[in-house]
Amino acid sequence: MRDDTIPGEAAPAPESGYNFAYLDEGAKRMIRRAILKAVAVPGYQVPFASREMPMPYGWGTGGIQVTASILKPEDTLKVIDQGSDDTTNAVSIRRFFAKTAGVATTEKTEEADIIQTRHRIPEKPLSEDQIIVLQVPIPEPLRWLEPREVETRRMHALSDYGVMHVKLYEDISRHGRITTSYDYPVMVNGRHIMAPSPTPKFDNPKMGDMPALQLFGAGREKRIYAIPPHTEVKSLDFEDHPFSIQTWEEPCALCGAEGVFMDEVILDDEGDSMFVCSDSDFCQRRRDAGHTGPAAEGGEI
Amino acid sequence: MSALLRVEDLTKSYGRQRGCTDVSFELWPGEVLAIVGESGSGKTTLLNCCAGRLEPTGGKVLYETRHKGLIDIHDMSEPERRFLMRTDWAFVHQNPRDGLRMNVSAGANVGERLMAVGARNYGNIREAALDWLSRTEVDPDRIDDLPTTFSGGMQQRLQIARNLVSGPRLVFMDEPTGGLDVSVQARLLDMLRDLVDRLGLSAVVVTHDLAVARMLSTRLMVMQQGRVVETGLTDRVLDDPQHAYTQLLVSSVLQP
Repeated sequence: MRDDTIPGEAAPAPESGYNFAYLDEGAKRMIRRAILKAVAVPGYQVPFASREMPMPYGWGTGGIQVTASILKPEDTLKVIDQGSDDTTNAVSIRRFFAKTAGVATTEKTEEADIIQTRHRIPEKPLSEDQIIVLQVPIPEPLRWLEPREVETRRMHALSDYGVMHVKLYEDISRHGRITTSYDYPVMVNGRHIMAPSPTPKFDNPKMGDMPALQLFGAGREKRIYAIPPHTEVKSLDFEDHPFSIQTWEEPCALCGAEGVFMDEVILDDEGDSMFVCSDSDFCQRRRDAGHTGPAAEGGEI
Repeated sequence: MSALLRVEDLTKSYGRQRGCTDVSFELWPGEVLAIVGESGSGKTTLLNCCAGRLEPTGGKVLYETRHKGLIDIHDMSEPERRFLMRTDWAFVHQNPRDGLRMNVSAGANVGERLMAVGARNYGNIREAALDWLSRTEVDPDRIDDLPTTFSGGMQQRLQIARNLVSGPRLVFMDEPTGGLDVSVQARLLDMLRDLVDRLGLSAVVVTHDLAVARMLSTRLMVMQQGRVVETGLTDRVLDDPQHAYTQLLVSSVLQP
């Protein structure tokens, strides 16, 4: 099969028979209205009539619908899956938009107009003319403690959020510290508590005061929410157990970067492993610029 | 001094079914009022209407708030009412499972009310939880255990701790000792009486057990078919019942 989705290249003309970016114009308009409402009320989950997409729930159907409705023909798209540009989810979504919209794709964070991502925010800071779209499986941060939708909506409406700290309390009482490490609840604009999709809490500080618009789409749960540019986002915590992000003792084995989010890669069945940047574009660009990490220096890779 | 709670002509009907009809009473600070009557006499309906958990069909429930004076709780906005319910008020359910979060530890259950009104210091919350567990005679070592691992009596005491941690002024209790065996019941009653006494709480206790009413309450209200048929000091009503139904009720108690 012809791979028409090599990132960095303008894709050929889109396949015929589809409307631009797959969704019909009516559906896109409906989603845009939901997005506008979401931007107007930061962190509020706006219900929308989620459409069937040609891929299973859990593969980013919410994010795809959001991307489809904000995409313009001249836009450049970047798709990330767990920080990486070349894993299944990223490749299939990138191919989907190349085929149905004919937009250019890229791996370079700063070249992208729209970044659709599954569970990571790029290491490179985003700018005001970019939009980041996050795929969300469970948009309701209160669901763990309150299974009734009617009740969680009322809790949001009344800003009745005491129960959220019960979860953090449980963490500390069981493990001595807050062990929630992804989907760490945040307070947006001092009003709504929001689930930042299962991004690692490492990315939570990036969400606050970000110049780019952040959109969140949950296809199965039929919710869209947003953080407008330069909005206050605060991770919940206790005075005596303040919020903190993950740290790693060693630098990236390939590019030597420090203070970035790392993946542990198992090397053999004797317990050897190495830590590498989760953001594959960031890591590659550093290596291109001549940075090397311990593994690369040793000539193992 | 003014009444803490004033109920005026309270009526609640479920369609054609009458829950309670034209009930009026006053509750004074430090007073414990027991509502007795047979099953289906409207005790629990009355309690739920007073506690803001049910919207009455007619009548008023006025509460003496700390800052704004006497207010009808059903005219309050919902956030105000919710705040009141988790600070000034407490509600002890008959079945502790209705009043507890069964999937979080005992400590989190006790701390929830504090966190709901803005406590954000883990150490202080935990200290308060430990304090209240010991005051309600739950072994403080069990603070990190789930309520599902507790016995019925312990669950009920935990529910009481969870309610009293916010320092309420008014406690509603719906059959607090129902479903417990007599020795556990006696201990719980002893503890409740002691707490109510020491904290100067006012309470409305619904029960069908006259012994519980005798032990806890200063005043007694007897209900039958949704109406109050007799009211008075507990000892007076139980020792010298005036209404035919009260006489029947008092004479029906089994003596072992």
